[in-house]
Amino acid sequence: MTSKVTLTVNGKERSADVEARTLLAELLRDQLGLTGTHVGCDTTQCGCCVVHVDGKAVKSCTMLAVQASGKQVTTIEGLAAADGTLHPMQEAFREHHGLQCGFCTPGMVMMGIDIANRMPGADEKTVREQLEGNLCRCTGYQGIVEAILSVVNPGAVKDHHHA
Amino acid sequence: MHNFDYHAPKLLDTALTMISDREDAKIIAGGMTLLPTLKQRLAAPSDLIDLAGIADLRGVKKDGNEIVIGAMTCHNDVATSDIVKANIPALAKLASIIGDPAVRHRGTIGGSLANSDPAADYPGAVIGLNGTIVTNKRSIKADDYFLGLFETALERDEIITSVRFPIPERAAYQKFRHPASGYAVVGVMVSKTGADVRVGVTGAGPCAFRMSEMEAALAKSFTADAIKDLKGNADDLLSDIHSTNEYRAHLVGVLARRAVAEA
Ligand SMILES: Cc1cc2nc3c(=O)[nH]c(=O)nc-3n(C[C@H](O)[C@H](O)[C@H](O)COP(=O)(O)OP(=O)(O)OC[C@H]3O[C@@H](n4cnc5c(N)ncnc54)[C@H](O)[C@@H]3O)c2cc1C
Ligand code: FES
Ligand code: FES
Repeated sequence: MTSKVTLTVNGKERSADVEARTLLAELLRDQLGLTGTHVGCDTTQCGCCVVHVDGKAVKSCTMLAVQASGKQVTTIEGLAAADGTLHPMQEAFREHHGLQCGFCTPGMVMMGIDIANRMPGADEKTVREQLEGNLCRCTGYQGIVEAILSVVNPGAVKDHHHA
Repeated sequence: MHNFDYHAPKLLDTALTMISDREDAKIIAGGMTLLPTLKQRLAAPSDLIDLAGIADLRGVKKDGNEIVIGAMTCHNDVATSDIVKANIPALAKLASIIGDPAVRHRGTIGGSLANSDPAADYPGAVIGLNGTIVTNKRSIKADDYFLGLFETALERDEIITSVRFPIPERAAYQKFRHPASGYAVVGVMVSKTGADVRVGVTGAGPCAFRMSEMEAALAKSFTADAIKDLKGNADDLLSDIHSTNEYRAHLVGVLARRAVAEA
């Protein structure tokens, strides 16, 4: 049995027929075609699937699509401006080499923005703690931390690449 | 994950009727424990009844000398609540180190206590701060609530509505965090209010418990030194791939001393 779920995704109202057990990540990827949200573990560990629901970072592999009914969802596809200008957090990841294979990157960028929203001015130790639920299998954490730090606390960045 | 019917009632009474009428129905709160369990097919409820739409179950308030936290309040809202930070900073700290930020945006205090994972943090706080679990039927004192491994005094059709914590004079929480999951290998909440001292331990045994011997020693002298020769009783504690029971017994002593020093 399916039911219709209606939610706002990246500013646009979207509807789809889903089963009760359909995960938000599955709705986004398989039904709405937004494959920028990745599923790395499907066990709430890796953070590749992080999106914002009503402005807060959540793991979309551990939320039902029906639970997002009526809510505002933002995915990695919703960040850049219409003319392609990157969001400042995306630009920071480019500038600071915050990605290698790119698999963890959508979740890292979405969590980075969440950290910037919740704790402006955070220091490096705090940023690292806040990334506890986002795993990078290429283990390029240095660039990721620098990128996020450059947005939340520019003064704290010790830039290794452009010194 | 097997399929189920999903319901999102707006009123507690509707949720209660649904759970009584449907034998294999289950409550879903943050889903941080339940959805992974369903994915592994360790449970296959016929219906999920989501409490997220019941506004009365969310929020923090001060009521006399108690802090009252709605069952559906997420960990992040407890960690950042001005009321909690001002009155029981140890509880705000405990909530701020549960899992990771995305887990803290969904996971709830009610879900954590209903689940009573032996390694969860909130059970240590309920025992160590002498909290009360309030349900649709009754109020359950901390000492009567935790019965065993994943076992509590809750009945099948009983819903936690809020948790009440008396404001202590001093309190502190220390945990030895599992580096991957964040769960407590051992966690100790110590509190002092007048002559009353409580030491609540989580992570170490099948469920959260008090350390009476430490409480008696601390009631005489609330110093880390007063408990320097005390530790957990290894025979009662868990052994698993993360730690032996002997090591957990040792950690109970170390963390209790650190908590007393911090309180
Ligand atoms: C990656 C990860 C890391 C984590 N790390 C930690 C950690 O460091 N420390 C820690 O303590 N926890 C940790 N957790 C668990 C987390 O805190 C969960 O939020 C919590 O265990 C369950 O809460 P929930 O709201 O998600 O409940 P759910 O998963 O929705 O429900 C859990 C159970 O409780 C029942 N239930 C829920 N609400 C009620 C209610 N109001 N009344 C009656 N029954 C109810 C449900 O029926 C279900 O059986 C972690 C989880 C994940 C995924
Ligand atoms: S895919 Fe959701 S946390 Fe890994
Ligand atoms: S860049 Fe490859 S997983 Fe992070």
